[in-house]
Amino acid sequence: MKVKVISRSVDEFTRERSQDLQRVFRNYDPSLRPQEKAVEYVRALNAVKLDKIFARPFIGALDGHIDAISCMTKNPSQLKGIFSGSMDGDIRLWDLASRQTVCQFPGHQGAVRGLTASTDGKVLVSCGTDACIRLWNVPNTSPVESDNSTKSTVEPASVFVWKNAFWGVDHQWDGELFATVGAQVDIWNHNRSQPINSFEWGTDTVISVRFNPGEPNILATSASDRSIILYDLRMASPVRKMIMMTKTNSLCWNPMEPINFTAANEDGNCYSYDTRKLDEAKCVHKDHVSAVMDIDYSPTGREFVTGSYDRTVRLFQYNGGHSKEIYHTKRMQRVFCVKFSGDGSYVISGSDDTNLRIWKAKASEQLGVILPRERKKHDYHEAVKKRYKHLPEVNRIARHRHLPRPIFKASALLRVMTDAKKRKEDKRKAHSAPGSITTQPLRRRRIIKEVE
Amino acid sequence: MGKTEENDALTKNKPPTEKDILAELELKMKKYLRGESANLEVLKDKKLKGQLAVKEQLYGKSAQAAAKAEKWLMPSEGGYLEAEGLEKTWRIKQETIAHEVDISSSRKQYDIILPELGPYTLDFTSSGRYMAVGGRKGHLGIVDMINLSLIRELQVRETVRDVVFLHNELFFAAAQKKYPYIYNREGTELHCLKEHGPVLRLQFLKNHFLLATLNKFGQLRYQDVTMGSMVGNFRTGLGRTDVMQVNPFNGVVSLGHSGGTVTMWKPTSSAPLIKMLCHQGPVSALAFHSNGHLMATAGKDKKVKLWDLRKFEVLQTLPGHANTLDFSQKGLLACGNGSLIQVLRDVSGTQNYSRYMTHSMVKGYQVGKLIFRPYEDVLGIGHSTGWSSILIPGAGEPNFDSWVANPFETSKQRREKEIRALLDKLPPETIMLNPSKIGTVKPKREKPTKQEREAEVEAAVEAAKGMKLKKKTKGRNKPGKRVQKKQEALSRVKRPYLEQKIQEEENMSRKKQKTSEGVELPKSLQRFARKKASS
Repeated sequence: MKVKVISRSVDEFTRERSQDLQRVFRNYDPSLRPQEKAVEYVRALNAVKLDKIFARPFIGALDGHIDAISCMTKNPSQLKGIFSGSMDGDIRLWDLASRQTVCQFPGHQGAVRGLTASTDGKVLVSCGTDACIRLWNVPNTSPVESDNSTKSTVEPASVFVWKNAFWGVDHQWDGELFATVGAQVDIWNHNRSQPINSFEWGTDTVISVRFNPGEPNILATSASDRSIILYDLRMASPVRKMIMMTKTNSLCWNPMEPINFTAANEDGNCYSYDTRKLDEAKCVHKDHVSAVMDIDYSPTGREFVTGSYDRTVRLFQYNGGHSKEIYHTKRMQRVFCVKFSGDGSYVISGSDDTNLRIWKAKASEQLGVILPRERKKHDYHEAVKKRYKHLPEVNRIARHRHLPRPIFKASALLRVMTDAKKRKEDKRKAHSAPGSITTQPLRRRRIIKEVE
Repeated sequence: MGKTEENDALTKNKPPTEKDILAELELKMKKYLRGESANLEVLKDKKLKGQLAVKEQLYGKSAQAAAKAEKWLMPSEGGYLEAEGLEKTWRIKQETIAHEVDISSSRKQYDIILPELGPYTLDFTSSGRYMAVGGRKGHLGIVDMINLSLIRELQVRETVRDVVFLHNELFFAAAQKKYPYIYNREGTELHCLKEHGPVLRLQFLKNHFLLATLNKFGQLRYQDVTMGSMVGNFRTGLGRTDVMQVNPFNGVVSLGHSGGTVTMWKPTSSAPLIKMLCHQGPVSALAFHSNGHLMATAGKDKKVKLWDLRKFEVLQTLPGHANTLDFSQKGLLACGNGSLIQVLRDVSGTQNYSRYMTHSMVKGYQVGKLIFRPYEDVLGIGHSTGWSSILIPGAGEPNFDSWVANPFETSKQRREKEIRALLDKLPPETIMLNPSKIGTVKPKREKPTKQEREAEVEAAVEAAKGMKLKKKTKGRNKPGKRVQKKQEALSRVKRPYLEQKIQEEENMSRKKQKTSEGVELPKSLQRFARKKASS
């Protein structure tokens, strides 16, 4: 007879001294864990609920301006610096970490309309309704120096006076040139007080401009005649023009896929376009209930932020039809400009109520140092959430956002209107000869024509 | 001759080749893969296919890692009992086993004789460290099985029918004469669950934190022990019974009734999920294998049956009575009858149970409860004059998981685990026959065939015909009106089917028209064809 029974000595399975770590034994046998799928599902549900509980995106407001913020720009060489210009001609450099003004750039009379910094972060270009372009040398500020009491001011390095008011400015990526827009598109050099090149297509005011981050000589502008125009600096004339049904307030190139750009439109939608194929939007990003005023891509190119006249900031996936996040506070008024921070983890919005606001890009993200065990837990939660995201209960909780009452009502009204339109169209289609009425998809419908 | 023996010895001592190891790992991986992989060939969506392929690969890798961990990192090996020569395992006595095994194991064989306090019932915590005992005459106690020390005992001075541990050793419930009570480890009465009435059997669902009780009137109740809410209260309607067992695989409670039926219940429906006739006489005991596919029932008709719960078919019928049944973690089946205990084993893994060990108590002892101690090769026996414990090699899982059930748990670990268990508490809706369905997609319902639809119509018509009309007051109860009402009901039932039929016919005719339009007419007839509207 051969016999053996399980026999465990207590010493082998417990620690010797109280300073020792407890011993851990694993057995991954599924039969020891009944109903593991249900347990996992409950964990996913809890993870989603926790996400909701910890969704506190608002970090803080930067106050100091005495008029509405009209434009912002990041300092490309520094993570925590951001420039903002206001309607009264004030320009400030902010330290995002301490949420204080580092220095001011006085000089503009009337609103500052455009701000941009060179890629090395040394030169700041501003322009405004006073028809002046001012170039500033950005001071190197150490955090010790930037006290609340001693706000330094800077004199402009050079001032270029021009014939008409400016609406926007953007600096070339890694180059010497910058482009201003207003009555026409002018290309400037840092060292010359006259534009080195001017473009014009149509008679209406151009309102925004962005250089392509991949191809430094290409820029896109939008004008108040509802057009989006692409320019190539190496050519004498503009390349391509596309006219939509409503005006595009701002546009932004996707930094990771620089052939694509997204246009923030007056009708409350954003349209992502491929420059090679302008007769159809790649994606229509719906959700805002009023004009979208500004747009900025995350450095990862996977998401972008929009600020709207409906007093909200929304975050979209680069290919998502609806926003994944909405940020609003009671005190935030019309949002005129938004920016992603350089590391893609914060969003800064500037609004009519003279404040800049800092938000987290991921609403429920935990800030600060995360220990490895905590990180592991977060990862696990992410994984189970991803696994069960299609289940109705999980999906419902993850999707739900509290909306301010006016926006809730406005979106309901919009829905009613689009439904009615659709119904009417369907009826018309059903009662007319087959093939006589064709419906365009929304991606195509808002485009009037494309001109070469 | 000598040469061949040498060869045998050589082959025996030869270390296993890499191929052997791989084959072994492959075999072990099966358990961790949790079923077949999905068939990706039928998918048309290339992106999805790629994503799923990556996921499948990941599952394979994790299963392999788990199999490797099982092979190389497990601290202990399972027990066994092998007969040599003419020996038979079922003839081996407990005394001989006690001589062979080490001292600490032989200490696990004992008899506690308490003849006055009458038949005893037992329960173990999920880690197997603590045992609760309940004597019919009111004796309750908790025993630490590692130190073999009595933690607490108390005398409640009324009938105790059943005891069960709640989620850890700090709380236990006892079914007493009039009501079930919850005590803590110190023996302090915490709750009296008056709503349950005179309870005969108690079961605790660990993942759901539900206490299921079955009382004298055949009422099955579920109470959530965390919030105290009554989750379910069902009248079984099948008479008084004290046969109740939870299927640990899915949390479904099964009851054995005096009519020979076994019913399975979940807390969210008042009708049983399953009602199956198992025996030609009262059902006397029930047990579930931990893999969830195997159920053992014993009836007064002198039969013990093993059932496949996937097909609800008998796998094996064994002769003999059994008052109590229990499956061990490794799948041994213990049957107790009178003073005789028999342990059956599934030798070949084909669910063909045969005799493994027998043990007879002193004559006159009536075995009331058999329960295997988790993670140990020990069988606990509650009988009419106390409780005993015998060694059954190969019964328990040799390796425990510290995060699942730890016999050497410290109080800090216990507290931590309690919190985790509460966070992962399952809602009662997750109790279902097939728990792996959670998180899956409902398959698309296919169109019912013509015959099915006809049958449906017929059934609906029959139901309408069989409808009983209320007796109305004088004047409103005319036979003409009654007939009219019946006809109205009939037409109401038929209407949706007829409408559907008309709709389909219309669709068909439209389709026909379309196809006829598409057909090329001969040139001479083309001018008579309906012109398409120009777009």
